[in-house]
Amino acid sequence: MKYFRLVWAGLARKKARTILTMLSIIVAFLLFGLLQGVNQGFNQVVENLNVNRLYTSAKTNMVDGLPISYAQRIKSVPGVQHVSHWTYFGGYFREAKNAIPAFATDAEALFAIYKEIKIKPEYIEAMKRTRTGALVSDQLAKQYGWKIGDRIPLGTSIWTNKEGSNTWYFDLVGTFDVSSYGIGFPSFYINYDYYDEAKAFGKGVVHYYLIGIADPLQATRVAKAIDSQFENSMNETRTQTESGLAQNNLKQVGDINFIVNAIVGAVLFTLLFLTANTMMQSVRERIPELAVLKTLGFSDGKVLTLVLVEAFLLCIFAALLGLFFAALIFPGLKALIGDLPMPLSVVLMGVGIAMLLALISGLPPALRAQRLNIVDALAGR
Amino acid sequence: MKMIRQIGSVTAMNLRSMPQRLGTSLVIVIGIAGVVAVLVSVLAMSTGMLRTMSNAGRDDRAIVLRNGSAAEASSALTLDAARLIADATGIKRDADGKPILSSESMRVLTAYKKEDGAEVNITIRGVGPKAAALRPELKIVEGRMFEPALAEIIVGKAANKQFRGFNVGDKIKTRGANWTVVGIYTTGDAHESELMTDVEALNAADRRGGYQSVTVQLESARAFAAFKDALTSNPALSVDVWREREYYEQQSKMMGRMITIVAYVVGGIMAIGAVFSALNTMYSAVSARVREIATLRALGFGATAMVMSVLVEAVLLALIGGAIGAALAWLFFNGNTVSTTTGVAGHLVFDLVVSPALIIVGIVWACSIGLVGGLFPAIRAARLPVATALRAV
Amino acid sequence: MSAIVSLRNVTKSYVRGKEKVEVLHGVNLQIQSGEFLALMGPSGSGKTTLLNLVAGLDQPTSGEVIVGDQRIDRLSRGALADWRARHIGFIFQFYNLLPVLTAEANVEVPLLLTSLSKAQRRERVQTALKLVGLADRGKHKPNELSGGQQQRVAIARAIVADPTLLVCDEPTGDLDRQNAEEIMNLLQALNRSQGKTIVMVTHDPRAAGFASRELHLDKGQLANVEAVA
Repeated sequence: MKYFRLVWAGLARKKARTILTMLSIIVAFLLFGLLQGVNQGFNQVVENLNVNRLYTSAKTNMVDGLPISYAQRIKSVPGVQHVSHWTYFGGYFREAKNAIPAFATDAEALFAIYKEIKIKPEYIEAMKRTRTGALVSDQLAKQYGWKIGDRIPLGTSIWTNKEGSNTWYFDLVGTFDVSSYGIGFPSFYINYDYYDEAKAFGKGVVHYYLIGIADPLQATRVAKAIDSQFENSMNETRTQTESGLAQNNLKQVGDINFIVNAIVGAVLFTLLFLTANTMMQSVRERIPELAVLKTLGFSDGKVLTLVLVEAFLLCIFAALLGLFFAALIFPGLKALIGDLPMPLSVVLMGVGIAMLLALISGLPPALRAQRLNIVDALAGR
Repeated sequence: MKMIRQIGSVTAMNLRSMPQRLGTSLVIVIGIAGVVAVLVSVLAMSTGMLRTMSNAGRDDRAIVLRNGSAAEASSALTLDAARLIADATGIKRDADGKPILSSESMRVLTAYKKEDGAEVNITIRGVGPKAAALRPELKIVEGRMFEPALAEIIVGKAANKQFRGFNVGDKIKTRGANWTVVGIYTTGDAHESELMTDVEALNAADRRGGYQSVTVQLESARAFAAFKDALTSNPALSVDVWREREYYEQQSKMMGRMITIVAYVVGGIMAIGAVFSALNTMYSAVSARVREIATLRALGFGATAMVMSVLVEAVLLALIGGAIGAALAWLFFNGNTVSTTTGVAGHLVFDLVVSPALIIVGIVWACSIGLVGGLFPAIRAARLPVATALRAV
Repeated sequence: MSAIVSLRNVTKSYVRGKEKVEVLHGVNLQIQSGEFLALMGPSGSGKTTLLNLVAGLDQPTSGEVIVGDQRIDRLSRGALADWRARHIGFIFQFYNLLPVLTAEANVEVPLLLTSLSKAQRRERVQTALKLVGLADRGKHKPNELSGGQQQRVAIARAIVADPTLLVCDEPTGDLDRQNAEEIMNLLQALNRSQGKTIVMVTHDPRAAGFASRELHLDKGQLANVEAVA
């Protein structure tokens, strides 16, 4: 654009001020990108969850558990395709601090329900054949250096086995890849039959029933049908979808949405003040120059546009830089939200906010420039 | 002396001309207010959390768990084990010669937050007959204590405040029993987020025997070592023994640490932004008064006086901003009840605490930002070549 | 030679607070094409106001202002801006160059309003700079040029779009004697060899001496003085 030099003239006039303002904007949008990225990341994880799956647990509290006998009755509910279950074993490897959240399950049904988890069919067969078998995620196996065929001892502080020992031995028969699912999928599985038979007490109990349904639109109906089967019994059930479950878990940490929005709001408010002040100052100092431009024949509208374009250039360029840095740092937050890139929606939101910032901080001085009277301005009034 | 007088008079001149620079001065104030408000508010969370947790421990009480348990919830002690523990040395005895301790079991219950119905796991604690003597800090503030062996339960004040259906007279359903809330208690610590009843009633409800933990009153804080030795050297027991305070600090450590990290990272990034904007403001303050500064220097005011006066102005504005930020944090968040998770079976309800220590942290940050933001412009003011400056338009 | 500027019964008044101040009282003026006119008068006489009216920077309270067959007292602000771009070159006392741009870029600014290509603009800029004798200083910024050189850049900017009229407000006001003389020589050369019509406000009698006609303004009214050869 041939007018670019003029816009540049406005910004480069007080280089220090322009650069410092830009740095403030960069920092603000860096923070915005990180915080909203985490916030949206959580939301996305929840939304992406599978709606073909339901979870049934004891109504009073999941820890109370449900009888294994329920499995058949749940299977008979119309719309139910597969039924598996999870029973928490929760041991540790060698030392208490190496906690391994292990679950006892029906592996064949389990991986039929979680189709996105990649596992070789021969591993599932091996699990069926080996009572003391264990299936472990690739990542966990790598972390402890386990190979297929290893004998893995898990210690437990609760579940003493029939021999009176607190150490259980499992044979690693296969591994699976959870990367397409993300965080939250248990990484160590043992056979339910073996576990239930070998434990000294608390038999016949399951913590979660996992239900694969044929038609996601039927989710609510099937859930209700399952729960009504066991209403008014000793062990009432509660069935929810996967995203319902995830949302609950998230909410337990706190109202993250509110916190992020509050902080971002505070940051953007202070930033708005700074930017508006910078633009105002810049125009005020340049009144004679703007008057000269008008003298040379630049219309009121052109001068207004000039100032606005300056504001937009400043804000959007700096905002994009800030968002870029946020996107770079984002993978470092893997521990919080799993393997996610910074959501595109955050970038779009950021650009939108930057435009609003430019408009609000740039419009008053732009209007001032538009309206300025040449004669008065040149005379210094 | 002369230096101080110089600094004083220059600063006074600066301040008197500030109304003309109100816009730019406000930028520092608002920017720093934002940083301090956010920092203090988020730290108030970890402060409140840690305070509530560490209150729950006394140095002369110890808790015994099954060997290898990360927390009470994953521990399991048999009746025999409890009996052996009760015989160990170091436990204080009451007037009847019985050891002051409580063998306790826990169950998890789903509670629903009042504000948004979010589901949360909270603890029902079954306590032994000597619990009152063990925990004198427990006071019934409404209703009455539960009768042992009845399906009666008392609710911690914090739990009562945060969750639905925990008022005196309400009924609570767990696996195998229907409980009636008969009282509300305070302890000033993490136990206020729990429900309490008689351990035998709790165990009978779902026909589970055994305990999760044994908490004992020691003869004195120093008796801990002997007590621990007696238990760990006993071949019939495999237990972990903790000082109560250390155990509770451990429980909240991870969450508390995470919150503190978030507070300082977010606050730090905001502070960097505030430094830039402070630099901006002070640079423009200096350049707006180039003639004035040069004149003063020509008149004989020393470079140090110029530097100090700019710094004083910057720090003063920063202090105002910091005070406003701290006040906002206190106004909006002090005393607010929040709750968060502390683990698989734990949910802690606590009050946000904007303590004097936190406010001091905020003020210190504000002053630091002001100092850094004012330093370079101050040096520039001192280095201005006087002759050219006097000619400047 | 036809009258290129015509002022007929022009008055201009301002409202300051509650008072109405009349600065020009029924001024009549004709400027011929190719003239070099000097407007002189004590401060407050209204000479700058008159200049602003001729240059289309302001509009009269009553009366007609005609420049090159166009009645500019009737034009809207937007139309006036357009008209200025095509017909007026303005030279200020304090140069008013854009400090961040080079001399070339400064001279180019009026051409940005035209539809000329970048190459064409560059050519015109070089011609203008050559005319004022600063072809070798094109890449310098204003703060790297002396006062006299800055004013010459300003003059190059004023002529680069080939305006109908050159309007100068105290062009030598901020210059020392030697530079002032150089500038006046330049203006005179532009007038004589290029035929540029120039209207100049000045209080410096030496500068006025370079003009072809002198007019005096006192309390908003014109008084003639004999034309200087």
